[in-house]
This record gives sequence, C-alpha cells and structure tokens, in this order.
Amino acid sequence: MIEIRIHGRGGQGTVTAAELIAEAAFFDKKFSQAFPFFGVERRGAPIEAYTRISDQPILLHSEIYEPDFLIIQDPTLLKIKNTFRGIKKNTSILINTEKDISSLPLLPKNIQIKTVPATQIALKILGKPIINTVMLGAFAGAFKLISLESLKKSILERFSQEIALKNIKAMEEAYNS
Amino acid sequence: MIKFQEGSETIAETIRLCRPKVIAAYPITPQTHIVESLARSNTKDFEYILAESEMSAASIVLGASATGVRTYTATSSQGLLLMTEVLFDIAGLRLPVVMTCANRAVSAPINIWNDEQDIMTIRDAGWIILFAESNQQAADLHIQAYKIAEKISLPVAVCVDGFALTHTFEAVELRDQKMIDKFLPKYQPKKESFLDPENPVTLGGLCTPATYMPIRKNMHQDLLTSKKIIKETFLKFNNLFSVKKIFGDCKISDGLIEYSGPNNPELVFIASGSVLGTIKSTYDYNLRQKNKIGVLNIKSLRPFPDKEIINFISKIKPKNIAVIDRSISLGQTGILFSEIKTACYGKAGVKIKNFIMGLGGKNITPKDIQNIVINFKSKSEFQFVL
Repeated sequence: MIEIRIHGRGGQGTVTAAELIAEAAFFDKKFSQAFPFFGVERRGAPIEAYTRISDQPILLHSEIYEPDFLIIQDPTLLKIKNTFRGIKKNTSILINTEKDISSLPLLPKNIQIKTVPATQIALKILGKPIINTVMLGAFAGAFKLISLESLKKSILERFSQEIALKNIKAMEEAYNS
Repeated sequence: MIKFQEGSETIAETIRLCRPKVIAAYPITPQTHIVESLARSNTKDFEYILAESEMSAASIVLGASATGVRTYTATSSQGLLLMTEVLFDIAGLRLPVVMTCANRAVSAPINIWNDEQDIMTIRDAGWIILFAESNQQAADLHIQAYKIAEKISLPVAVCVDGFALTHTFEAVELRDQKMIDKFLPKYQPKKESFLDPENPVTLGGLCTPATYMPIRKNMHQDLLTSKKIIKETFLKFNNLFSVKKIFGDCKISDGLIEYSGPNNPELVFIASGSVLGTIKSTYDYNLRQKNKIGVLNIKSLRPFPDKEIINFISKIKPKNIAVIDRSISLGQTGILFSEIKTACYGKAGVKIKNFIMGLGGKNITPKDIQNIVINFKSKSEFQFVL
C-alpha cells in the first residue's frame, strides 16, 4: 500500500488534490481512498489530506503517519516541523517552489526531493495562484504512480469543461517539466 | 455501477434510490453532505423540508411517516440529542422512519469529530440501531433498513462514522434502481396504523397504567423479533445483489454479528463501525492466523445479539476478548463492554477487558491495536487508550 500526505493551506485545494489522486488511481484500476485531516476549515490555515493506493481493498481508517510520498503545496510550510513528521528513508517529497533545493531551509537530508514552480505555472496559464492541479501534474510526472490520462479524466469529471481544460493545460506543463 | 465518491454522497444517492416521499433535515453543523446532496436533488419524487432545528426535522418525519409514506432524515451529535424526545415518540408510534446517524462526539467541550457517544446515548429509545463498517456497507444497510423498518413497524438508525466514513472518498458499487425496486417495493402501511381521512384513527393516545405496560412489553418483544427479520433481510439482500465475502476467514456473518479469524483464537477484538477496518488491516488474514487473532463485528446494537455472541463464544472458543468502545457511560464503563459482560454473565469462561478509544476523533492507529495484543495480559479490566 502506498500512502501519500499532502500539506497545504486552506484555500489551496489540498483536500481536492488528495481526492483527485485517489480518483485517478481508481481509474487506473487500483483500490484507493482519500480523506482530509478533519480540521476546522479556515483560509490560510495549515491543512493536511491523505491518499492511499493499493492493489488490495483498503480497510485502514487511520491518518497517515509515515508517508511514502509527501506533497508540499506551500513553501512556507517547510518551516513547520510537523510537515516532515514520520518521513522514512524512502519517502519522496515534492515541493512547490521556484527556489533551488540547496537554498531551502530545514529540509531532511538523504531523501529524494523534487521541486516544481507550481505557482509560476499557475499564474502563467490559469492567471491565478491555484496550484493543486499543477502539483498533481508534477507528482504524476515525477513518480509515475498515477497516469496522466486518469488524472485528466478525474479533473474533467470534477470541474466544468472550461475550467477543467485550463487546469489540464497547466497540469501537462508541470508533468513535462 | 461502481463509482468513486464521498461516503455522504454514496448515502444520499442510495436514499434517492429507495424512493422516500418526505425528507426533513436541519442543515447546520453538526450535519453532513448527505442532506446537502439530497436538498440539491432536482426532483418531484420527494418533498425536502428544511426544518428550523433537529427536533423539528424529527417531528416532520414523524408526521409524514404517520400519514403512511416512506421518510428519511439524518443528523449527528448534538442534533441527535436535540431529537431525543421525538425519537422515543417515533418508536412508540411504531413508525418505520429511517435515519442516518453520522456518529460524532457530543459537547461539552465542543468537538466535531468522530466517536459513537451520540447513538449510544439514545440506545433505549426503541429504535433498531445498525452499524456500517465501510461506505459500501453504509449504502447497503440503508436499503435493508427500509425493508426491516416497514416489516416490523419500528424505526431504524443506520450508524456511519462521521468523517472516517462520511467524508472519505472510496469506490462503491451503487445498487441498481430496478433491483432496489424489486427488493423494496412501494411502501404499503398496515391498515389502521396510519392517518387516513377515509379511515380515521388515533395514534399515540393516552394510555393508562393498565394499558401502557403491555404496549411497552409488546414493543420490546417486537425489537427482539426484529433479529430474525434483520437476519432474513441481510441474506435476501446478499443473494439478490450477489454480495461476496471479502475475508477468507469469515466464519459467521448473519446481519447481527460477523466474525473473521481462526478457531480457538488467543484474542478476539469486539467493536463496531469503521475501527474494525483498522483492526483487520493491522491484523490481516495471514497475521490473524499466525497470531491467533479474531475480530467480531457487532453490527446491531439494538436488538442486542446476546444469544448470537454466546453461540459465537461456545463455537469459536476465544481465550481473551478486548472490547473497543468509542463511547462511555460516564461513571460506569464502555457501553458495548457492559452489554457484552451482561450477555456473557455466568455463561462464558473468557477474560474480557475494555479499551476506551477514539473519543472526540482521537485517531486509532495500528500501533494502538498492536499494543493491546502484545500487552493484553498486563492490562487492567478497564482503561482509556490516550
């Protein structure tokens, strides 16, 4: 079973991102589950959401403590120790930042870390700093855990045609970056 | 049709397929997306009535059900407690209302998260109380709930863990409308048991001491009789919809209880709701065999499956039992624990201990479960797992 934890701030579509990954995995014919950390919803507050993907039915209803993948949607969350709790030697991390990894503070050592300038891509294509679908494109491209086709399908199901197509364009750019 | 969606949406879609005529709810916290989805239904199939409180919502479905139509409401936590007076009335009037309780903690202190304190607190109201372990079970139980309620003329509460199930996205099979219509034909209220201008009757009139007690006795007996109906309905549903067992070591599954694990287990967990999934995931098929661990799911709190539990103990012969309670009768013990001890009184030579877990959404981890298995012998009879 693969466990993914996504960190973001209220309003960044963190919970939607977890749901879209899980739905894409479902379209990839896997078992999957997505749920948020059940906090009080406020714009700007740190938010967590979880996705599990497996070849077997998923019965576990516990939060994710030792993620295989960590997606950090907002670089200001890097300063919060809690963001990195439970990471393992083989945890892979994806961070939204324009900066070089070496200039980022407080990153765990000897761990696979990838970055994507998701905010830049979102501003360029969507005209708004809505980064969740961009991050998903980068996630699919970097780790090949879910297929781009299934991600597109889940975005088309979720949003209106116009919004979905824009998001898919942004997602594809991040996928190929 | 298999769909990937949130638990609340799964329940809402299933309710629409059950064709209720009146739905009433109060839409503010504590509530789930279930009634939001139902309120958005663009349909003339049912009337959705926005109530000004949960007590009113319960009163509206009471009145609607008394006119002989299929009804539905959903609530949680404080909302359920506010309904309490009317819940007793619905049961006493023998109205087949179906309600979802998205289980959540109760105040004070304020807490919006999941535990089972709400439903446990109204267990004596005369409702049939059934628990879902997964979103699929939640969907299927609602369909069965109408069948059971209408057959025995008693209301049914389907309990679904708040957040852990209601807010979790997973794949479910949405049952086919035609099959549901076959399983659950149009509701035909029994003659002279509903308000009909052509055939006037009084429901819930004053009962003197001479008549009140026999009526209460009758209700109790019907709740006990409902065990048979729950079992039959479960079997009929599984046959019609070809429901398969997902656990290879499932030895008992009858609608009231379900046991997965080996014979002569060293330890059996007894619990209800979604925590069962966490236990079965921590101790999967192989680990259950290897460590001699079993899991008993109490699917029905009322009627309480006391004889079924005794039969399970004499057939499977567990040495130790850990009862996981996600509620507590303050000043006593966990509620499931005291029910099980009562059922076992004088009949089972088995060590039973009580673990209070998950109150107010306290996350229950695989490590918590392993810790109970490893340290069971040194644990006291009752403890909070903090």
